[in-house]
Amino acid sequence: MKLETKGATMRFGGLTAVSDFNIAIDSGEIVGLIGPNGAGKTTAFNMITGVYAPTEGRIRFEGRDITGHQPHLINKAGIARTFQNIRLFSTMSVLENVLVGCAVRERPTWINSVLRTPGYRRRDRESHDFARELLAETGLSELEDEKATSLPYGKQRRLEIARALASRPSLLLLDEPAAGMNPQESIELMDFIRRVRDRFDLTILLIEHHMQVVMGICSRMYVLDYGVTIAHGTPDEIRRDPKVIEAYLGVE
Amino acid sequence: MKTRNTLLTAGAIALFACLLWLADAKLGGYAMRILNLSAIYIVLSLSLNLVNGFTGLFSLGCAGFMAVGAYVSALLSMSPEVKEMNFFLEPLAPWLQNLTLPFALALVAGGLCAALAGLIVGIPVLRLRDDYLAIATLGFAEIIRVVITNLQSLTNGAQGLKNIPKYSTTWTVWGVAALTVAFMALLTRSSYGRELKAVRDDEIAAEAMGINVFRVKVTSFTISSFLAGVGGALLGHMITTIDPKMFTFMLTFNILLIVVLGGNGSITGSVIASIAVTVLMEAMRFLDEPLNLLFIKTEGMPGLRMVVFSAMLMAVVIFRQRGLMGDRELTWDGLAKAGLLPRKKKGARE
Repeated sequence: MKLETKGATMRFGGLTAVSDFNIAIDSGEIVGLIGPNGAGKTTAFNMITGVYAPTEGRIRFEGRDITGHQPHLINKAGIARTFQNIRLFSTMSVLENVLVGCAVRERPTWINSVLRTPGYRRRDRESHDFARELLAETGLSELEDEKATSLPYGKQRRLEIARALASRPSLLLLDEPAAGMNPQESIELMDFIRRVRDRFDLTILLIEHHMQVVMGICSRMYVLDYGVTIAHGTPDEIRRDPKVIEAYLGVE
Repeated sequence: MKTRNTLLTAGAIALFACLLWLADAKLGGYAMRILNLSAIYIVLSLSLNLVNGFTGLFSLGCAGFMAVGAYVSALLSMSPEVKEMNFFLEPLAPWLQNLTLPFALALVAGGLCAALAGLIVGIPVLRLRDDYLAIATLGFAEIIRVVITNLQSLTNGAQGLKNIPKYSTTWTVWGVAALTVAFMALLTRSSYGRELKAVRDDEIAAEAMGINVFRVKVTSFTISSFLAGVGGALLGHMITTIDPKMFTFMLTFNILLIVVLGGNGSITGSVIASIAVTVLMEAMRFLDEPLNLLFIKTEGMPGLRMVVFSAMLMAVVIFRQRGLMGDRELTWDGLAKAGLLPRKKKGARE
């Protein structure tokens, strides 16, 4: 089991954003997390990645309990993520953004950075190679010296994925990767996500509103509504589930 | 390309050393003092730029850490006789009375004590952000000053210290300034430098990328405090007297001004602004004296120079919001791209 949550609950004062959240993801799966706006999907992501410590419940990653660990430790354990509202490092170039992702494995200290020790130089070279490989994989090679925030929206999303991959995760969490993309770009994105999964041996959990995308690439999905998991199953099962239809279309 | 840059850097350093030697030989004591003061300001402004410009922490604690460095270095390098002369109200603690270290050791000790102070202050304070952090660091700098004023038997309290050995020679201050510039250039263009900038640009994303944000902040703050301590110590050994009133917020303000003028996050900017501001502050002294501009005659208005200086500052801030250099640097590659390299040799050590 790659990722498992048991009764994870997040309360902000009187508001329960996510209650009794239980998911189980196997290695190599692509799993979707869907639900109407404000259903608690991003909150669920934030619990898994340590931005919030869940009020109740446990989160296990590769058999280890990571409940309430700090975000940087969770990244080191092998979980990387992207953000719904893209969060690139705005003053840095495309390449530098990816290099920051590589830094986790490099573990630079200020002393060996300043002294440019042989070990530092070797790791720095390896990072540059890996970062360029990732840029090639994401089709951003020609743009490596551009300022990250000057890229068009779709490319910024790809760059965020490249940066997440740079920390060599085994579980990737994508928060609305297709947001703002046109149908053509969405289809390309689906192929891209699949390719990345195979190439880097990943497990992927993604939040998405584009039904076409989720139904197209996810083997299973969970549906949240008002913080409660109302359904879970294969895309076909979800499509026919009356509760899901009600949540989305508001059928009486 | 790489060898070319190394050669150019070596050449620039040699050229600069020659100019410095020439200045030292030809210029009078007054001009040299201003020149050396600007070297100290380079160290101090880079110290502040590391936290403010590169790590994105709005800190105003500079003067406090300078005071720690200045006092420690002064006390460790003064001879027992001078100490006895200074501490006439209350004798100095016996273990310090007869301790006299060589200047280099005293200077490093000053920096290290300031770094320790930075670490102790930083751990609680760096949990805050933005203006809250600014107020907290400002408060801590004042606390350091008040503690120094009241530790009579260790710091001579409000009387301050006099006759500090004048070790800050041209070569010492410019040597330290050059080392600081080299250190900052190497640090900011390394993986660790990228971590600093990542924390500045987006803390949440930096954390999600595996960066221990709090630790990076504390490290940056501590290194900055070390540099501030060294700068403060050099200042003490230049002026030869220090007292707690020297290290008020006004001092931090001067350094902050240099950093903002030069450009937050630009080493080149801080170096240029340090020299420009120090020289201009002196050059405009004539404004305080009686003026005779053919038609307009004034009878000396003390403070007029600060008025003109503030107006110039406003102009810079209005027309170039991000300072002279923004966050850019002067590099050999940059100069080559601008087509300036084959003919001109510009930009000292980058």
